[in-house]
Amino acid sequence: MTPSDILRTSVFALRGNWMRSTLTSLGVIIGIAAVIVMVSVGQGTQAEIDKMVSGLGSNRLDISGGAPNQGGVRGAGGSNATLTDADAKAIREQVPEVQYVAAGNRGNAQLVYAENNWSTSWQGVQPDFFDINGWKLASGDGLVPGDYSSAAKSVVIGETVRRELFADEDALGQSVRIGKVPFKVVGVLAEKGQGGFGQDQDDVVMVPLETARRRLSGANGAPPGSVRQIAVGVTRAEDLPVAQEEIEALLRERHRIQPGGEDDFSVRNISEIVATRTATTRIMSLLLGAVAGISLIVGGIGIMNIMLVSVTERIREIGLRMAVGAGPRDIQRQFLTEAMLISFGGGVIGSLIGIAGAFAVAKFGSLPVALDWHVVALAAGCSVATGLFFGFYPAHKASQLDPIEALRHQG
Amino acid sequence: MSAVPAAARRTRPPLIRTEGLTKVYHPGSEAEVVALDRCDLTIEHGEFVSIMGASGSGKSTLMNILGCLDRPSGGRCEIDGVDVATLDAEETARLRLEKIGFVFQGFNLLSRMDALHNVMMPLAYANAPLAERADRARAALEAVGLGGRTQHKPGEMSGGQQQRVSIARALINNPPLLLADEPTGALDSKTGAEVLALFDDLRSKGHTIVLITHDPEIARHAGRICVMKDGVLHEGEHHLDAHAAPHGLDPHAPPGAGP
Repeated sequence: MTPSDILRTSVFALRGNWMRSTLTSLGVIIGIAAVIVMVSVGQGTQAEIDKMVSGLGSNRLDISGGAPNQGGVRGAGGSNATLTDADAKAIREQVPEVQYVAAGNRGNAQLVYAENNWSTSWQGVQPDFFDINGWKLASGDGLVPGDYSSAAKSVVIGETVRRELFADEDALGQSVRIGKVPFKVVGVLAEKGQGGFGQDQDDVVMVPLETARRRLSGANGAPPGSVRQIAVGVTRAEDLPVAQEEIEALLRERHRIQPGGEDDFSVRNISEIVATRTATTRIMSLLLGAVAGISLIVGGIGIMNIMLVSVTERIREIGLRMAVGAGPRDIQRQFLTEAMLISFGGGVIGSLIGIAGAFAVAKFGSLPVALDWHVVALAAGCSVATGLFFGFYPAHKASQLDPIEALRHQG
Repeated sequence: MSAVPAAARRTRPPLIRTEGLTKVYHPGSEAEVVALDRCDLTIEHGEFVSIMGASGSGKSTLMNILGCLDRPSGGRCEIDGVDVATLDAEETARLRLEKIGFVFQGFNLLSRMDALHNVMMPLAYANAPLAERADRARAALEAVGLGGRTQHKPGEMSGGQQQRVSIARALINNPPLLLADEPTGALDSKTGAEVLALFDDLRSKGHTIVLITHDPEIARHAGRICVMKDGVLHEGEHHLDAHAAPHGLDPHAPPGAGP
């Protein structure tokens, strides 16, 4: 029997029982659709994390004052002003892997323009800050070197702040008050959108570090030249661990911390946070895949069940086919093909439903979705494999029937 | 008596040759049945032989073994010179495909297919070219007088027509041997006579026919009659009378029932 003969015979047999064939393939349809939707959501989440990583800069280190593991009353990292401008300068000069260094302060204030006001946090920054964080200007010149050296009352605002204060007006050159101090808007940042942790990245205000110290920090008792954090950009991401070690050694030396003593600063590596989230996502994907795999197995068992019924029902037909010259191999191939057609048909329909489902989740759900065509192809392949695996036993059973017994079978 | 010339017979092995053919069901157990007891049978090409016997006499067992559907417990069975004991399941299927056409009492047509497709079915296993299958099946149906019924499904035809479809199917691969097991058993006497006339016609065209029946009248259509009795094969029409025990000729006895 040629493959096309086998296919024709199988299609004919399935069409004769199309309702049953469709219902049988339902298990596979649901299984495959589930695989595609779930994996798409999983990969979408992963892609979102990847985007967040590149948004944060995977080759950056964040140094903040205070020990990394201080519990209790000493507060969050960064609340102890143990870092200084001089530390930042030393890192820039003595750690060769470092490309960018920007020390900074931050605080909260109310911004006022005309009738509008907006509460947000300000950051006192150094020039490299914009490069490390990947900020681009949408309009204006931004902070120029003169602004930093002269502690000018210039400010760069994020898109959210611009919208809240200026709405449709042109913000550039306007004067806003931060607290009680008037600042001139010299730049509006390009929109970044929502961050990986759900925060609004555009709700920001940046002023020169020196200006912040003099005009915004107020008398908070911090020693002169102190900063709350230092952001470091490393030239190459693979140098990150080396740079981290060197920075830690340098700061311990500068802060005169004895061997075995507790650091008064902490260096955070963004990729560590990301790695944790990636691992979580991977576990989620595995669980989703397991659920999908189980539904495929259930679908496969349904196919096996129906094929066994079909073999019993068509036992006289099998006997007849054997009598007119069909060998065991012909019979086995026919039933195997029927099982594979059911499961492959289910795989195709399930893929279509899965793709539609993934788009629906992307459109109406709040979950990020990334549809990978490899996954669709893999799912279709899995469906064929399911048919092959679960169809084998019934097909083998049919092929081993005794022709006489089969011909004599009543029913 | 045989239609095959003596010269041909010398170069060609007999179509069927059995020696000491024995079939024992459930051997060694209390239910042991000797269905076939050392049967020797030789059928030449072109013969029309009927094998007669009451139900339980072993005639169906003999047909199943001659048709390579069953294997003997002992003895030797050659079909067209090939010892069937040497063949595996695939090779046996091949032999059935090429050498044997079956006609069953119950027709055994596939109810969902029309006559044409029922007749075409064995061609797929013979890997006949797709283009000529329908033509060959149509020709086969015409040969049995059903040229106008190709699109009819079995349920839309009379018993006699269904049996003629099954004869067309049996002949489609042009096998040398036609094995008919109670072919008229499910037909009334008029359509039964039509089917027998068709056999006479096929016989005259050179087909070898082995007809299995419990009915002496039908058996007499053949040129040669063998009688099965309790698993033993007797040659010759005179055994008919010896066989004519009350239940042997009982027309209500279930024809063709197994041992």
